[in-house]
Amino acid sequence: MKLPADLRYTASHEWIRSEADGTLTIGITDHAQSSLGDLVFLELPRPGRKVAAGEAVAVVESVKAASDVYAPVTGEVVDANDAIVATPEAVNQDAYASWLFRIRPAGAVDAGKLLDAAAYEATVGQD
Amino acid sequence: MPRHTPLHELHRERGARMVDFGGWDMPLSYGSQVEEHHAVRRDAGMFDVSHMRVLDATGADVRGFLRHALANNVDKLKEPGKALYSCLLDDAGHVLDDLIVYFLDEGFFRIVVNAATADKDVAWLRGLAARSAPGIAFRERGDLAMIAVQGPNARAKVWQALPDTQAPTASLKPFTAAAVGERFVARTGYTGEDGFEIVTPAASAADDWRALEAAGVRPCGLGARDTLRLEAGMNLYGQDMDESVGPFESALAWTVDMASPRDFVGKAALAAAPRDRALVGLVLDGGGVLRAHQKVHTAHGEGEVTSGTFAPTLGRSIAFARVPAAVAVGDTVAVEVRDKRLPARVVKPPFARNGKALVAA
Repeated sequence: MKLPADLRYTASHEWIRSEADGTLTIGITDHAQSSLGDLVFLELPRPGRKVAAGEAVAVVESVKAASDVYAPVTGEVVDANDAIVATPEAVNQDAYASWLFRIRPAGAVDAGKLLDAAAYEATVGQD
Repeated sequence: MPRHTPLHELHRERGARMVDFGGWDMPLSYGSQVEEHHAVRRDAGMFDVSHMRVLDATGADVRGFLRHALANNVDKLKEPGKALYSCLLDDAGHVLDDLIVYFLDEGFFRIVVNAATADKDVAWLRGLAARSAPGIAFRERGDLAMIAVQGPNARAKVWQALPDTQAPTASLKPFTAAAVGERFVARTGYTGEDGFEIVTPAASAADDWRALEAAGVRPCGLGARDTLRLEAGMNLYGQDMDESVGPFESALAWTVDMASPRDFVGKAALAAAPRDRALVGLVLDGGGVLRAHQKVHTAHGEGEVTSGTFAPTLGRSIAFARVPAAVAVGDTVAVEVRDKRLPARVVKPPFARNGKALVAA
């Protein structure tokens, strides 16, 4: 299982990267893409949308199943990776290079709620 | 505990993602399900279908028994080796299973039924025979495995891998079979491509599989098998039809012989049944994926998706849906996909066969 140490993770299988401008970049983990299998459809949120932590904001759909992608924090969507919608298989090829959307958090991020690589790996082990 | 086919260990060795299917632990895919799909449309792939049950019926008048037991007419089987697709109906005209029956000689017909329904089918056929044809014996062939090799290059690769099979099968027509030593090779399948289904002794099935792999046949799982059969316009029992519906509501009227004077189980009920629903094909031209059980809204009332998936050959989603019979090819219907209603076109399957898309873009 590929788990870059510089990222944070959620129990619902998103990865989160903190950017220098204070925004968070979000995608789905390698474990998530592997479980879903060949991805064929992505639905991303529009910039400007206000989202609450834990809210379903995007959909990743494989040949097998559809799965929601959740906002890891409360804030506003500031960007979506529209280019990747035409090539969902890119997420299968490299989940961490295939970001889905960016959020500007509404307040200070409670870093304690986001998992580090080891903690995420432990939750996956219990799946 | 799910059951294991004779090829189970080999699937595990290859890192297949396994899934419970009809009580059997079967490979879903060995990696990319979409690549496995393309391998069958473009070259050659193989599936372990040993979970399907081979049932040999022997006795004095097997043909007479099957003429009554099956909705399709076994009198269409004139040449030895010829195969027929049929529904097995109950007295209400509902579908107990779909199957393929091979005519080998007047005292020997081979029947292949679905895994999940096999025990029910065998009990049903034995019950029918006990009342009307007590001389017929049924033998369940658990000693056999089955490998489906499918794709435009499938036959050539089978001949390369299993050279003994070439001479007896070189002139085999579609939907016919030949005994080849201990193997039984049929030019049939469930993908919309040319190829063979090879019934082979369980003890040597793994050797056959390895030889086919060495000849360049790609192992494929049930995931690709499902997208291939759906593109090819072929029903899946338990999903597109079951004991709650009849063949006329399941796009299977072509498999029911109502014209001949013979009587068969379910015929009277079928003759009287209303034909108010139909199974049609749907194509989604925008994004999204149609899935089983989604609700379909039409100008003539509601319906339901029975099978839906992303079709790799078409690059979009397709489905079968059971809708009011007044819905016509060319109509646009609305399918409830998650929180949206997406427009879908009504088409006549198949969607793709022999490597080519058959639905207009």
